[in-house]
Amino acid sequence: MDFGIKDSIIAIITLDRNMVSSSTIPVFYANTEEQQERIALLIAKITMGMVHDLENGSYVVVRH
Amino acid sequence: MENFSVIIIPSLAMGLLARLYMIRIDHRQYPSYPQGLISHLTLGVIAAALGSVALPALLSKEFGAVTFLALAAQQFRDVRNMERQSLDNIEPTELVPRGTAYIEDIAKAFEARNYMVIITSLVTSIFIYLVQWRKGAALVQVLIGILAGIFTMILLKKMLKRQTIAEIAEVKAGKIHFEGPLLMVNDTAIMNIGLKSARKIYEENGIAIEIIPKDANANATLANIGQRQAIQHNVTVHLGIRKDVDEPEFTPIARRNPHNGNIVMAIVPAEKDMDLLIAAVKGTPVLETAKRKPLSSRLRS
Repeated sequence: MDFGIKDSIIAIITLDRNMVSSSTIPVFYANTEEQQERIALLIAKITMGMVHDLENGSYVVVRH
Repeated sequence: MENFSVIIIPSLAMGLLARLYMIRIDHRQYPSYPQGLISHLTLGVIAAALGSVALPALLSKEFGAVTFLALAAQQFRDVRNMERQSLDNIEPTELVPRGTAYIEDIAKAFEARNYMVIITSLVTSIFIYLVQWRKGAALVQVLIGILAGIFTMILLKKMLKRQTIAEIAEVKAGKIHFEGPLLMVNDTAIMNIGLKSARKIYEENGIAIEIIPKDANANATLANIGQRQAIQHNVTVHLGIRKDVDEPEFTPIARRNPHNGNIVMAIVPAEKDMDLLIAAVKGTPVLETAKRKPLSSRLRS
């Protein structure tokens, strides 16, 4: 059996400085879209997760 | 004892031939050629032996020998378990898993083929005995036995033959486009892809299909998750895939359009070949466990 965190958001990467995580999920702030894209890619590779776009300036990384 | 060897040897040979006749199909579903072949042929010999000695044992009033048949049934349930376990064990190592429904279907097919061997051997031995009883010459006995065996084999293979997707649905090329981050194929959303680089790869190298069920039966069958998983796996086996373990975005996912039951799927293959993709989808077997027949329901008035 493969145990691990599945199907939940494990990181938020945002351009929106007002974004505050109300739970234990880390929030990464980025200054530009390119930087946001890069951070999202790196976190996704580390966690074997997938990047989803919420279209409000935030990306979330989810492990499926 | 001499007349029994006329029964046993041809029916044993026919049983083994039946196993060889069915083994060709294995390659596509479960490629473990040299080792798998030997173990399944050996089990085939055992099955053929059981089938061919059943009648002689009864004729010599060895009724205890029938209990061997019970042992045989147990043995072949083990074949099914063995296949299921080994496929389950390699499942986490597949980039696109087979899915439990497909594994169960393959395991069941292996068990059924062994029963087919027993039946072929048994029918052959019965026919040889009948000719013997009618005082036919030894050569005639063997010939009739072989004919009966071949007929049984072909009949059983026809019976065991599974439907393919081509028989229950139409498969057409689909069009990939993005609506914001949503990957769409023919206006059905598949998944949210956040990374622009991944979207670009999909737009450049991705190909897609749409599976249109022919009737309500096919619609219900294709809705089955195990069936869709089998399609995904089969397509990956045939076309290869541009994906590694840290790129879940490139997992092919067959999604259902809830309005009409059509299935859409996009894939970034290693080999971009639309005809091969359509052929791979069409050649996927319809899983026994996924098959639904709402149209022939008795509740329908």
